[in-house]
Amino acid sequence: MNLKNDFPLISGSNLSYLDNAATTQKPARVIDSMNKFYLINNANTHSGLYDLSEAATKLYEESREAIAEFINADSDEIVFTRGATESINVISRTLPALFGDKTHIIVSEMEHHSNFVPWQQLAKNNNYILNVIKMNSKFEIDYEELERGISKNTAVVAISHVSNALGTIHDIKRIIDIAHKHNAFVLIDASQSIPHIPIDVKKLDCDFLVFSGHKMYGPLGIGVLYGKKEFLDKMPPFLYGGDMIESVTVERTTFAKYPKKFEAGTQNIAGAVGLAEAVRYIKDKTLEAIAEHEANLLKYTLNKLSKIPGIVIYSPKHNAGIISFNIPPIHPHDLASILNDYNVAIRAGHHCCMPLMNKLSLPGTVRISLACYNTYEDIDALINGLNKALEILK
Amino acid sequence: MSSKEMYREYLLDLYKFPHNFGTLQKFTHEGHHSNNSCGDMLFFQFYVKDNKIENVMFTGSGCVISIASASLLTDAIKGKTLEEADKISADDILSMLTVPISPARIKCALISLDALKSTVEKSK
Repeated sequence: MNLKNDFPLISGSNLSYLDNAATTQKPARVIDSMNKFYLINNANTHSGLYDLSEAATKLYEESREAIAEFINADSDEIVFTRGATESINVISRTLPALFGDKTHIIVSEMEHHSNFVPWQQLAKNNNYILNVIKMNSKFEIDYEELERGISKNTAVVAISHVSNALGTIHDIKRIIDIAHKHNAFVLIDASQSIPHIPIDVKKLDCDFLVFSGHKMYGPLGIGVLYGKKEFLDKMPPFLYGGDMIESVTVERTTFAKYPKKFEAGTQNIAGAVGLAEAVRYIKDKTLEAIAEHEANLLKYTLNKLSKIPGIVIYSPKHNAGIISFNIPPIHPHDLASILNDYNVAIRAGHHCCMPLMNKLSLPGTVRISLACYNTYEDIDALINGLNKALEILK
Repeated sequence: MSSKEMYREYLLDLYKFPHNFGTLQKFTHEGHHSNNSCGDMLFFQFYVKDNKIENVMFTGSGCVISIASASLLTDAIKGKTLEEADKISADDILSMLTVPISPARIKCALISLDALKSTVEKSK
């Protein structure tokens, strides 16, 4: 599989882009779909009684359908947001209305700050208890601790599908089943899994699932909140304004039905169109073929990396294409800067997971993260760059 | 920016063999600064006599840029008064380094300055 030519930014370039967990590059067809929207379809949705507005509305709703189909949801269960962070904030601000007397929130210490800070602040502001589930020695969530920590007082369990820092794939079916046994809501942050692992929200019986478009070959500034309709129906709106209402008088407002209830103001229509095109791109290449290619590349990378003297790897062998490592005592930032000289783009730092880095007693790691377009040559460039860095710094 | 310039022998030597690295048996001032996002930590100690920094040592851990800048800064403040040391600016540090520092790494270069300020502060 060599898809580099589908991606103009890296096509024909000698850049080895290995920071895909931060954001992926975009295929030409995604960029073209957005250009086309602005060139020939641009209008506001839902309100215009003219052909152009109808066409824009149709494109927006077709995008919603394409994304719903991708995760086997109904299209009215898909709310467009600016990204996973906003999706999680919408839920952490509106779902408490359905908590009843429950006052207990569960997250894991492996969460990205985006799925940690909103819950920590919710707990702080309402005197809820935040229970942070630990990671075990295999870089996995401690499922037994989850079983012990959950109770009938648990309102919500919020956990990522794949760790953005280590690549661990969590058993979300198991997490969902544990949560539902105790009548707790479950939010799965699928930001790091959505371009790698097929997801079926119905099979998983998932309550909420969130992800960002830009980490799955889609544009920046568009993301998704999936919620079961029975919950979306009961949750109050997050933002008030235009488009999310049914009727407004001076005295009172009645709100539109979900998903529009959660989409106040003019939406990022071009973003939705671009994201739907990214989904079609993945479907054309098939997630199965992409996952197989990435798994082969991961194996090759781990094999090559493990031969570097002194390297410490913080990722499980079976993972979603992310490897975190250090070569002590070299500082991760020095490795990143020298790799940059060899046209290898990687991330160094805490990866927005400071609780996890504390657990590992590390200020940070070097992280490489794979995408469908990465090649064996990219990995060879990485290894070559690391060897050069060792020569320079040791 | 290419780090080929940033990682010249000059800075690498200051990183591998830092000047004034260690602790003082006798000191009058100590301070430190750490950067949580990159994990760098620098501890400074001064021995001040007649309002002059007679001796200075530092310890800690960090990247090439932060250790090299601490080496240069500790060299520069020896013999200076606390007031003179306090006046050293970010621009001064960047010019001491003599090589261009990429925007993302400027904060690495300035950890030593914050450690210096914290050490001077302790005497106020």
